[in-house]
Order: sequence, then C-alpha cells, then structure tokens
Amino acid sequence: MPTITFRFADGNADREVAFEPGQSVMQAAVNKDIPGVIGECGGEMSCATCHVYVEDAWTERVRSMSSAEEEIVEVVENPRPESRLGCQIPLTEAQDGIVVTVPEA
Amino acid sequence: MPDSYDVVVVGAGHAGVSAVTTLLKEGFEGTIALIDVGDSLPYERPPLSKGFLVGAEEVDSFLFRTADYWEEAAVDLVLGTRITSVDPVAHRVRTDDDRAFGYRKLIWAAGGSARMLRVPGAELAGIHTVRTLEGVARLKDDVRGARRAVVIGGGYIGLEATAALRALGIEVTVLEALDRLLERVTSPIISDYFLRLHTAHGANVRFGVAISGFSEGQAPDRVGGVVLEDGEVVPADLVIVGIGLIPEVTELLHAGAEVTNGVVVDDRCRTSLPGVYAVGDCANHANPYAEGAQLRLESVQNAAEQGKLAALDIIGRSEPYEVVPWFWSNQYDAKMKMAGIMGGYDRLVVRGDPAAGEFTVVYFKDGRLLALDCVNRPGDYMQGRALIERRAHLDPELVADVSLSLKEVQARSGAPASG
Repeated sequence: MPTITFRFADGNADREVAFEPGQSVMQAAVNKDIPGVIGECGGEMSCATCHVYVEDAWTERVRSMSSAEEEIVEVVENPRPESRLGCQIPLTEAQDGIVVTVPEA
Repeated sequence: MPDSYDVVVVGAGHAGVSAVTTLLKEGFEGTIALIDVGDSLPYERPPLSKGFLVGAEEVDSFLFRTADYWEEAAVDLVLGTRITSVDPVAHRVRTDDDRAFGYRKLIWAAGGSARMLRVPGAELAGIHTVRTLEGVARLKDDVRGARRAVVIGGGYIGLEATAALRALGIEVTVLEALDRLLERVTSPIISDYFLRLHTAHGANVRFGVAISGFSEGQAPDRVGGVVLEDGEVVPADLVIVGIGLIPEVTELLHAGAEVTNGVVVDDRCRTSLPGVYAVGDCANHANPYAEGAQLRLESVQNAAEQGKLAALDIIGRSEPYEVVPWFWSNQYDAKMKMAGIMGGYDRLVVRGDPAAGEFTVVYFKDGRLLALDCVNRPGDYMQGRALIERRAHLDPELVADVSLSLKEVQARSGAPASG
C-alpha cells in the first residue's frame, strides 16, 4: 500500500503509515490516530482541526486550494505559506511517499 | 469477551467514538468496550441527510475508522446491542440479549431517536426519519420510486433532506408548524434566505400547518398523503419527518441520574451518578457561551468535545468545557457555518447581501459578539469564531462593511476584547 509520512513540528518522531487511495490526508491521519489531526467535521471545512504543512516538494503534486480553503487557512493557528487543510487533499497512488508536517498544538 | 471493563462507552456516534479514540490516543491502558445498537461500523451522521441521501457518498467514505482500525484497536466493539438497564451500585449495564458488562467508568453517549408524529397512519410504509444509517438506507429504497414527497418540519434535517430530494428531481412540499423556517434556531433573516433558496429550487413551503394523520395511497399499507387538521390531504408517496430528537436517557433516569431535558452533567461531563458520564446529544450542560444556561446541543462539535472531556477526566487530565459551539448545514450550493449561540441577542447586523447568497448575520448582546451565521463566507466564520471565544466587542457599523475582514473590524473597534 502507498504510504504517507507525518512529521511533527513539536519534534516528535516521524510516523510513516499506509493509506488507501481515495482517502484524504485527514482521513489517512485520523485512521491511524496521528496526534494533532482530529478532522472533527469530517471534511466540511468547518473545524480546521486537520491543518498540516505540505512539504515544498509536494505542493505542486496535490490538489490546489479552493477559495474557501484559502479563507480558512488564513485564520488557522501557526499558519505558514505551506498550510493546507488535510481534508482537502485527496490521496492517490500518485502521492505515494508524500510528507506532511503536523503543526504545533 | 470479558464481562467487565475499565470503561464502557454506550453509543458509537461522534461522542462515543471521540471518547474512545481520545483514550487510545492518550495511551490509556485499561480495557474498553464500545457498545452500539446499530450493526454498522461507527459512522458519521452528517452525510446521512446530505451526500448519502443523494447517492453521492457511500458509508465507506464516512466511517470514523476503517474495519482494520477496529480490528487492531484495544477496544471491544459490541454492535447490534441495546443497553436496557444501568445498575449504578453494582456498576453494571445489562443488554437486550441478556448479557451484563461491569464498568469502572461508564460513558453514556447514547444520543437519541428521531421524534415521530403520534397520529393515525404513522405506521404506514413510506414514512421515514433521518437519524440512523439503517433508517436512511430504507428511505433511499423508497426514494427510488418516489415522485412527490412531503417533508414535515422546517428544521435543518428537514431542509437538508428537501435539498437532497430536489436534487433527485422529486417534488417536495415542506410542512412547518410554526410561521418560519428554522424558527427555534436562527433569526428571521436566515429563515427568509432559506425560504427563498428552497422556493427557487422548486420546493413548496407551507407554514402554520398542523398534521392530523397520514392516509393510505393506492398501494395497501403505504402512505399516499398527509392529512392536515382542516381535512386537506397533501398527496405524498414519500414522507420524511424531521421534528426533532428525543434524547436517550431512560436507562440513566431509572438508574437515578438527574435528568432534565437530557442527562444533567457538570463541566467535565460527570452525571450525578458515581463513575457515570453523559456526553453528546443526550447531555444537558451549562454552556459558557450561553451565559451558563443549561442546555442540550445536538451537534458534532459538542458531541466530539464532550466525549473527549469525559475521556480526559477518566485519565486524570480533566479539563472544563469551554469551546465555542459551532455547527454547519449544506443545502444546495449554500454552505452555512454557524458559531456561538444566538439566543438572547439584542442586536443583529447583516454583513453582505443575502440576495447574492454570500452573507453573514452577526449577533450581539450588550455590544459583545455572541454568534454568527455565515452563508458561503467561511472566512467570517473562522475569524468570528475566534472573536466569540475572546468575547470581543465590535463596532456594529464596521461589521456591516464587507471590505473589512472581521479581524480588521476588531482592530478598528475602540473597545478592547473583554472577559
């Protein structure tokens, strides 16, 4: 199965986990109880609890941001230029090996 | 399967699953049972009235966790099982198939059931509610052959179902007892917006309607119409009843817990019974964003938060309930996001143009930001939620200026955030 690696801004050890194509970054994280990714609203862009930083090498290789996502990402805690909502990034085989970072709580 | 657990969680909705996953994430080493009356792996409810109903989403896409997760997790998932009694002295629950499970801590996350109309004909086939996966799956079977539907109740469930049925090309009449949509939960401005939206999408909405029964159609034992108090029959081959939720509290009430519109809990979700928590739709709590008023919230946010708080209290990391309530509803292309509790507002400001389908209604009390209803304005929602948390005071005239973000409004409003 393809994998995704979660890094942690607070310095905890990386977690590389398998994902099922069709899952979003949020769903892949939640299903492995990755700390700091909650996905409370299930992907409705209503909670911003799936905020991640997408590593530069991957920014062009994931779905781009909608205007609604942009408006929400502007207001998350600890924003960075590479901030995204994990629920808005679908994963396919093409994202095998993707690396994202979970912001500090 | 053991007959006793450190933690027994009753109900595998948002609240129960949040409790269990919080325990697991925090490294809880005790034994856990998660018991649910349904047969499906635990699933999220919001898609039931939206994507699942229209056929755009299947249950696999809104399971809380995959089958693999539950197989590997240190949790006994007990499905298809109803709890019939709670013995608060012996710390034991009994099930409808005559099993008993002891608990050290019990988290009651049983939610509730959809309220049904108690009128003649209510048992006819073709009359549905929207609450469980099984129930909505049956509804979908009936949707296939349906031409004319009646939706009873102009609340969020009824309106989301209406939007789904219209998307499927079914004629819909909404029958509302009161004189506007969403009367109990929002302002007339939002009610009017949704009335226009549904009317524009071809739904017929009627107010002040009292229902006296259901009549049979041509097929035996199947609904053919909704009978109104004045004798009029509104034809329908499909009926959806969306008139609220009855919280599932009976077993705790019999066990001696304090129950008043839900199970009364403190700010850590503890009930009046030792070792027993209640969380989610069935829990009545003092909400810090409703000036401490006792209330019951039916929302994903409240359920997830309360489940988490019960789990944290169990592992000795207790925290009080203090998050801003938030909700959402999707109807057609309108995405409404709400933050705060608007009840008791003394002033409202409309930001943006309802006719353009992008606007926010901002509610104040004594100058303090109380709540927002944001239609297709996610930035207002996110910024506003943070400002509600800070008990911000905003200049209402600046709030009306959409060229300013709400953060900028706050920066320019003279009074500092208080509280």
